[in-house]
Amino acid sequence: MPKSKSAYSIPSKKQKSDTYIFVVWVDNEAGVLARVVGLFSGRGYNIESLAVAEVDAVKNISRITIVTTGTPQVIDQIRLQLTKLVPVHKVAEFKREDKDVIFKEMALFKVVGKRNKIEKCLNACKKFNPVILDETKSSAVIQITALRREIDVMNKKLKPLGLISTSRTGAVAMTRGAKIFN
Amino acid sequence: MPKLLTGAEIVFKCLEDQKVEHIFGYPGGAVLPIYDELKNHPSIKHILVRHEQGAGHAAEGYARSSGKPGVVLVTSGPGATNVVTALTDAYMDSVPLVCISGQVPTHLIGTDAFQECDTTGITRPCTKHNWLVKDINDLSKVMHEAFRVATTGRPGPVLIDIPKDIQFAKAKYKKPNKEKKLNGKSHNKFSQDQIDELVKLLSKAKKPIIYSGGGVINSGPKASQALREFVELTGFPITSTLQGLGAYPGDDNQFLGMLGMHGTYEANNAMHDCDLLINIGARFDDRITGKIDEFSPNSTKVHIDIDPSSINKIIKVDLAIVGDVTSVISKINKTIAKRKNGHSKSNKSNIAKWWEQIEKWREKDSLNFINSDESIKPQHAVQRLYELTKNKDTYVTTEVGQHQMWAAQHYKFNKPNRWMTSGGLGTMGYGLPAAVGVQIAHPKKLVIDIAGEASVLMTMQEMSTAVQYNLPIKIFILNNQYMGMVRQWQELLHEKNYSESYSEALPDFMKMAEAYGCKGIKADSPAELDDKIQEMIDYDGPVIFDCHVDPNENCFPMIPSGKPHNQMILGPNDQEENKIKGKGKALV
Repeated sequence: MPKSKSAYSIPSKKQKSDTYIFVVWVDNEAGVLARVVGLFSGRGYNIESLAVAEVDAVKNISRITIVTTGTPQVIDQIRLQLTKLVPVHKVAEFKREDKDVIFKEMALFKVVGKRNKIEKCLNACKKFNPVILDETKSSAVIQITALRREIDVMNKKLKPLGLISTSRTGAVAMTRGAKIFN
Repeated sequence: MPKLLTGAEIVFKCLEDQKVEHIFGYPGGAVLPIYDELKNHPSIKHILVRHEQGAGHAAEGYARSSGKPGVVLVTSGPGATNVVTALTDAYMDSVPLVCISGQVPTHLIGTDAFQECDTTGITRPCTKHNWLVKDINDLSKVMHEAFRVATTGRPGPVLIDIPKDIQFAKAKYKKPNKEKKLNGKSHNKFSQDQIDELVKLLSKAKKPIIYSGGGVINSGPKASQALREFVELTGFPITSTLQGLGAYPGDDNQFLGMLGMHGTYEANNAMHDCDLLINIGARFDDRITGKIDEFSPNSTKVHIDIDPSSINKIIKVDLAIVGDVTSVISKINKTIAKRKNGHSKSNKSNIAKWWEQIEKWREKDSLNFINSDESIKPQHAVQRLYELTKNKDTYVTTEVGQHQMWAAQHYKFNKPNRWMTSGGLGTMGYGLPAAVGVQIAHPKKLVIDIAGEASVLMTMQEMSTAVQYNLPIKIFILNNQYMGMVRQWQELLHEKNYSESYSEALPDFMKMAEAYGCKGIKADSPAELDDKIQEMIDYDGPVIFDCHVDPNENCFPMIPSGKPHNQMILGPNDQEENKIKGKGKALV
């Protein structure tokens, strides 16, 4: 490795990165998503998926769910930096492996082909609560809810069966049992 | 029914209720209604700058020297983009600024109108928060909120973008809310248990060091007072970051000088070898830590900071105390005083050996330089300036580069809020407009900008502001005809390839002073230096002092990057003894 000629330090050893899900409650106001997303891009954090919508119309609160990867130190920073934003009310984060938290993504598949192929598709989706949202003689739009990697798998699997278009959301999350995020 | 006020009137009502006395600004199409209203508010004085960046830095100088937020007023488009550097500078150095910018009328936003830009978009990453006011009924609330955000917690800049039609529209004025609701964000989050734990660490430490930063200054004069008591109670050595200078007296024996890249040998070695490191209001900046992996390897680390996101950002600490420095240190001092068994005495004997070691490092006299009878050495110039001004309550600003480091090394500050320099962002051109702001806040005080000739040319136009308001600022230029710090790095890192760091054409600063309508003074030789400096101090009016210094002088000591604190390059005296090897050079 060539010696540094820079007056900045040389990066030290990288720690292991893990996948975390952040849930952020924010005031639903103009530019709030740009603030959150800008914080991620400005500080070099990475966003795997993002879901955002208003959840309380009276209090005007939106809930943002962000899937990200980072070392424990980076994850700590993300939480602390998010908390500093003025329109942010609270921040919760958990590891993807956390058993106490459910997280789901939704996907819409458009399949074009003969009836039997569409049936095969539906069969393949069985595990993921498939709902047919639209149907014609030669096409169907199927909705499933599943984990990210499961949708990835289905996406691949349905290609030979006539899948021509996929649309999917980012992950949303909810704790199991009676408790809520602190 | 209460009277309806225009947006422009509401802006001034808010400024009055926030006790604003000065605003720094520059008019333009989209803020004309606000400028029109100015005449009706005699308690608020507007300082007309020559460039919006100057307004921002002047407001920074004003804020840092007075502890009050600086207020900036600019127009849309170029007015707003010109102030971005100053906002970023204030964000990095935690300076409270409230910037009000005009915007094109709401119905034209998004149409690429004349002098339109996405001001809130552009300034989002360089402000604590910003607002685009689209409804006149929100204006007073937003204005008050802006002052609150700028001045509470870790201070910083905010921006309020007000479209021109909102400045004309009418609404009721709302007074600021007394109650301080912070979205659940209170700032003092520490407990007595944490304080007790720290006090326990203090009593056990054998090789302690206190490392204080700009947070102490930002916390107010009481914080400096508490810090001094704390240092006296413990007998511990203390070092300071660039921004923290003045919080603890620079000429006190317990003070080891500044630490970091151009810090003293004793401060950096003490940081490396200590067994207890107490960071008070500093942020482990990369100019401070050197190589992270080898930063203070054997110490228990304590971090006191108001901003929770500063904790563990760069250096993992063992004890974090989140709170305002004044409250935390006062609590520590009280706790120490309560302990009956004379903790301070027993501990002072514990650390006697440590002090012996520090004295040994001190003998290296790492700030030394080889003085000359023929040419003025820049370090000598700063030392003479210090000697001749130390008995006045002097305020010093700087630009960025070698002169800044020499000023930090050789000018000793004894009070907080006397030293204004761009540390985080390192903005060349900061010092002159900052001096304007400082002088506005302290009209009777001596204000000196220790400058480099390259930096000062970036915002030289603000001399015109100084002359307009008869602000007797002294621009003390250490003129070496180079971008000195660039040249130093090129010398040490890039085989003396001085690529574009020499200014082949420089203005005649004497004539420039004359052209601006202020006084010019030039010094060429060490023999005349003192008299000339005295002449500058005695002159009642703005002065440009062109001090011709040795162009080849480098700033030492220095931590080469990729190196820990205990491997510094020392000055020329020491280098004569151990020539730096080729391999070492590559590591700088």
